[in-house]
This record gives sequence, structure tokens and C-alpha cells, in this order.
Amino acid sequence: MAKEKKDIISRRSVIKAGVGLGALGLSSKSLLAKEANNKNLPPNVPEWTETLGDGVDVNPYGMPSEFESNVIRRNVEWLTASTESSVNFTPLQDLEGIVTPNGLCFERHHGGTAIINPIDYRLMINGLVDREMIFTLDDLKRFPQVNKFYFLECAANGGMEWKGSQLNGCQYTFGMVHNVQYTGVKLFDLIQETGLKNNAKWVLAEGSDSSGMTRSIPIEKIKDDCIIAWAMNGEALRPEQGYPIRLVVPGWEGNMWVKWLRRIEFGDKPYMTREETSKYTDLLSDGKARMFTWVMDAKSVITSPCPEKPVLQKGIHQIRGLAWSGRGKIKRVDVSLDGGKNWKTAQLHSPVLEKSLTRFTIPFEWNGEEMLLQSRAIDETNYVQPTIKELQNIRGVNSIYHNNSIATWLISKNGKVDNVRLG
Amino acid sequence: MLDLGKYIIFSLLSIFLSISSFSETRKFNIGKIATKQEVAGWDIDIRPDGLGAPKGSGDALSGEEVYAERCASCHGDFGEGIDRWPELVGGSGTLSSHDPVKTTGSYWPYASTIYDYVYRSMPFGEAQSLTYDETYKIVAYLLNMNDIIDEDFILSNKNIGKIKMPNRNGFLLPDPRPDVKNLNGNPCMKNCNTPTKIIGKARDIDVTPEDEKS
Ligand code: HEC
Repeated sequence: MAKEKKDIISRRSVIKAGVGLGALGLSSKSLLAKEANNKNLPPNVPEWTETLGDGVDVNPYGMPSEFESNVIRRNVEWLTASTESSVNFTPLQDLEGIVTPNGLCFERHHGGTAIINPIDYRLMINGLVDREMIFTLDDLKRFPQVNKFYFLECAANGGMEWKGSQLNGCQYTFGMVHNVQYTGVKLFDLIQETGLKNNAKWVLAEGSDSSGMTRSIPIEKIKDDCIIAWAMNGEALRPEQGYPIRLVVPGWEGNMWVKWLRRIEFGDKPYMTREETSKYTDLLSDGKARMFTWVMDAKSVITSPCPEKPVLQKGIHQIRGLAWSGRGKIKRVDVSLDGGKNWKTAQLHSPVLEKSLTRFTIPFEWNGEEMLLQSRAIDETNYVQPTIKELQNIRGVNSIYHNNSIATWLISKNGKVDNVRLG
Repeated sequence: MLDLGKYIIFSLLSIFLSISSFSETRKFNIGKIATKQEVAGWDIDIRPDGLGAPKGSGDALSGEEVYAERCASCHGDFGEGIDRWPELVGGSGTLSSHDPVKTTGSYWPYASTIYDYVYRSMPFGEAQSLTYDETYKIVAYLLNMNDIIDEDFILSNKNIGKIKMPNRNGFLLPDPRPDVKNLNGNPCMKNCNTPTKIIGKARDIDVTPEDEKS
């Protein structure tokens, strides 16, 4: 996402010239309700009742129904020069509850997916420790383990929307977030083997992929809740999520969750890597940039209706959405149908966990009139999700990162839904 | 900590710091002690003060050739960036403009970061294939193209921590967030004063990818 605007604009004109059709999933075709086959409807008995289905083991590793084939990660091709240094997006509009299925967790690589045989996996710990050490995957699994749900959000999620509404989809504007249950060991528990010098204040986490991803993390965060994880949602990490080991840095920007983790170095100062200087720093309008902006502030999104999920019938519907905060639990989510003039509090669904996606719903009635849908999260620190105007007033429009503002979906009279900017 | 110097500094540090919490006892007895060679092979990071910089040197004059061969196909002969590959040179004075251009010259606060990143990550797809001297040469070339050092300046492990980068003071710490007005969990709920006029639609900008599957 962190492309210079110039590139984006020039590419945009190319796209405009070349394509020029409507936006994602909103071709008139997809708005038509698909016709059911009468032979399968009562009083008739459908074919799947009259015949035997597939036996067990037809799919030793089960896959989603063929009718769900549009529920996939998608990328924005013109954003980046190559798919090895790129990003795709989680289809939040198609998901329920708070768990992101492993195969739908968005991908962000800086040098492609490293393929590592776990036999060849080693984690090195060096620097300001008493003993520089190396652990195998089996070694790591012998430490006391933890199982925790956490969201992971890229700091550039929504980064395209700073100046105005650009991408017409929930997936493209909010999809750089996912939420899974991690199994691993607390990073700080490894210190019981290596020992730690008193002047150790920072950790450098380093990946073994082709980008050699590196980030500096203050030791307080390591002591607090960082995990070295080998499993997500009950199974081994997916290769694209860092198999066999990734770092989990709860509530903090996704770039720090180093995948294919190979090394942890303890030092007395930050390392000022490319990813915390050139990237993941937030440029303000006066030309100065904020550095080390790690926490992901509270945010929410209505996942249905949304541009990909138009309203097909008049009457009662359920607004569904997700809220999260890097500072703790979600306390409340409000929803507005009139662009933020009046708000109602939505229902939160359990479990409501800290630094985890939280599901909210609220019913609404659509009578064919225009509506402006918004959601607003409040976390347990009493932080209230801001409007884009509030953020722009403080940070300008060139920050790229940390846009946690309220989005607006316009429901038009024909039921189509659009990503719009109010002002 | 590739070179012995860094190792010795750390050893001395730990001796002098008598408060150091050295403990012989290992709680679980899991894992093995790393040898110096093992650590040296993987510990490739370099800090702003030059700590960790491997022995070597190079100047921009000799860097031009290596750069042309290994980098220019994506980043352009002068670091201007070809197609959508990143530009590495220029952008000075643009950071507060509408169209900021962030490059190693205009934005990066430390020269050490260029060495660290180029050695670990570039050329894209051939990571960690440059020699130390080649890396110093290329970094010297980039610094020279950005008017930070002269073309015959010999960049080395001794001076990489002392290069003054133009945007060295361009970064703000600590993180001031939450930086928006503190509503203390009680935002307006009724008849709120907020603009509700539509001033832009993503549909009109028309850059959203088409979905063949829908
Ligand atoms: C095949 C194309 C390619 C080649 C060849 C290449 N690079 Fe890169 N370079 C990239 C890509 C792609 C990125 C961005 C990677 C990412 O997403 O993190 C990049 C990023 C960089 C950056 C960071 C830019 C920034 O603003 O953060 C520097 C510096 C750099 N390259 C230097 C070099 C040098 C020096 C060489 C030659 C030794 C080189 N590159 C060769 C493609 C290339």
C-alpha cells in the first residue's frame, strides 16, 4: 500500500483508459437475484436427496463449497510492481463471527513466501543475553504454551482513503486485517534459557525470507504479550503467514509480526531498519514524520451491507460489522443510518476479547430510500473512533498509515452500495 | 555483530556492568548454545552508530558500475525508478508538498539503514549476494547521487555511522496518539452537527479492480 501517490495516479489514468467499467461486484449482473431451479423446490424432491453423495476422503483436506468460489483474497494489481512485494485483502464482507479462516487471511510480502522445511528451521537468539542460543521447532514446542485470539492489521489498511474515497469495496478498504487463534510460546519465556543483560532495552526481530524483514520492538512489549507462534486456528501456520514460525505482537501494526522468524537480537538501542524509517513512518503536512507509531487505534467497519453486498429487498435487514482496538477490548459500537447525525448502539456478540476482532450487529429497515451507513467503535480506554476530518486536521493527507477513521457506505435507491466521502 | 570489535565491545560491557543479571541456571534446559560462526553468519544488522558494520569500503566512482549491473534495471541508472519500481534518488524539498517523494536521500534518516537494507534484501530476488565492499560502493553511489557525499569519498565501516543525512531530524518521537479530541467514551448520539453532503464517490474515481468471478 505504501506506494508513492504519483505512481498511483499515473497508473490510475492507465486503468481508466483501459477499463472504464463499473466497480467491483457491482455489474448489473451481480445485482440480479439468481433464479432457483423449480425441480429442487417443494413440493419436488431435489436430486441430492434421491442419490448418494461423495464418500469420505474425496477431499482429505476439506475445501469450501463450490458455490462459495467468490469468497477469496483479492489484490489491487496496479498498487505494486510485483506480486512478491505486494498485498492482497481479506474478504471481510463474506465472513461471519470473529474467526478469519486461514486461507482467507490477507497476505503481505516484501520478498514472496519463503518455503521452509521445518526440519531445517532454526531460531537464533543473540545480542545482550548471557548465552547466545539456537532452538529447533521441536525445542520451541517444549516450552509452556499459550493460545490466544488476536487481530493483525496492516498499518496501511485504508491507506488509499486518506484524500478521498478511492476503492469501492469493503474488501479493498478494510481487508488488511484478520483474526485468528495463535498457539505458541511467550517470547519472554525463552529468556529463561538465554538469560538477559540488564541493559537490553530493544529487540530486533528478523525474518528469513528474501526481504530479511526486520523490526525493532521495545523490551516492555516483549515482556508484556509477544508470542512466537507455530499454529493458527488449530493448524500449523500457512506458508504465506510465516510457516513454521511467526512473531505475534498483539495490537501493534502487522509489519512487526515478522514471518518466517529466524532471529531475535537483544540490544540497548533501536536498530532503525528500513521498515521503521523509510516505511511505517507517518508523514505529516509540515514534512515531519511520526516514527514508532506501533499501536493500532480502535476501528470498525460495516461488513454488510457494503459495496460488495447490495441491499436486494425492502424490509428488515441485519447490519453486520467488525470492531477492534490495539489498546484492549471493544466497549461499544454505534451505528448511524444518516451519515453520523443520529446514532444507535449495536449489539456486541461474545466473545469480546482484547486486541481481537469483535462482531456487532443491529437490525435496520430499508424502504427504498437513500441511507448513509456508518459505524463508530469505542474501546475500553474510552477512545472513540474519529472521523476522517478529525484525522486530516491533525495529520494531513500524506500519512498513508494508521487511517482508523469512520467510513460511509451510501445505499442508493436501487439498493447499490457505494463507498462515499462526506464533507 | 559480524566483526570481532562489536563482540569485544559487548563482552567488555557485560564485564563492566556488574549489575548484569548473568545466570548460569537454565530453567528448562532446552536448545543449544550458538557458536560464534553461527551467529556471525546470520547477524547482519547494522545500527545507526555503525555497530555491526562489517569491515569493508568503497566509493561512488567504483559503485556506479556495480549499481548499473545489479540495480539499475529496476531502480534506473540514476535511481529515478523504472515503471513502478521504487525511486532511490531525489525528492529533496518535497516532504511538505502535496506530492512528497520519499527516497534514500530525501527521507531516510541514517546511512546505516541503506547498507543494512541493500545487503539483506537487494537485488530483489538475489538477497545477500553482494560482497561487503560491493555494498559499500553501492551505498556510496546512492549517497553521492543524492548529493550527500563526494564521488571520491571512501565509505567504510569506520565512517558509515557518521554520515549526516539531510532528513536526520525529520522524525518525531514519541508517538503522540491518541491525538484526537478526548471524548471520554461519550460521543454525540442525537442531532449531531456533522456534514452529510457527499463530496466524493469511489465509483467515480474508477480504480477498483473488476471481479471476473462476480
Ligand atoms: C528486480 C527489481 C529490483 C532490483 C534489480 C533491485 N531492486 Fe531494490 N527494490 C525493488 C523492490 C520491489 C523494492 C521494494 C521491496 C519491498 O516491497 O519491500 C526495492 C526496494 C529498494 C530500496 C528501498 C526503497 C525505499 O524507499 O524504501 C532500496 C534502497 C533498494 N531497493 C536498493 C537496491 C539496490 C542498491 C539494488 C542493487 C544492488 C537493488 N535495489 C536492486 C526491486 C529491485
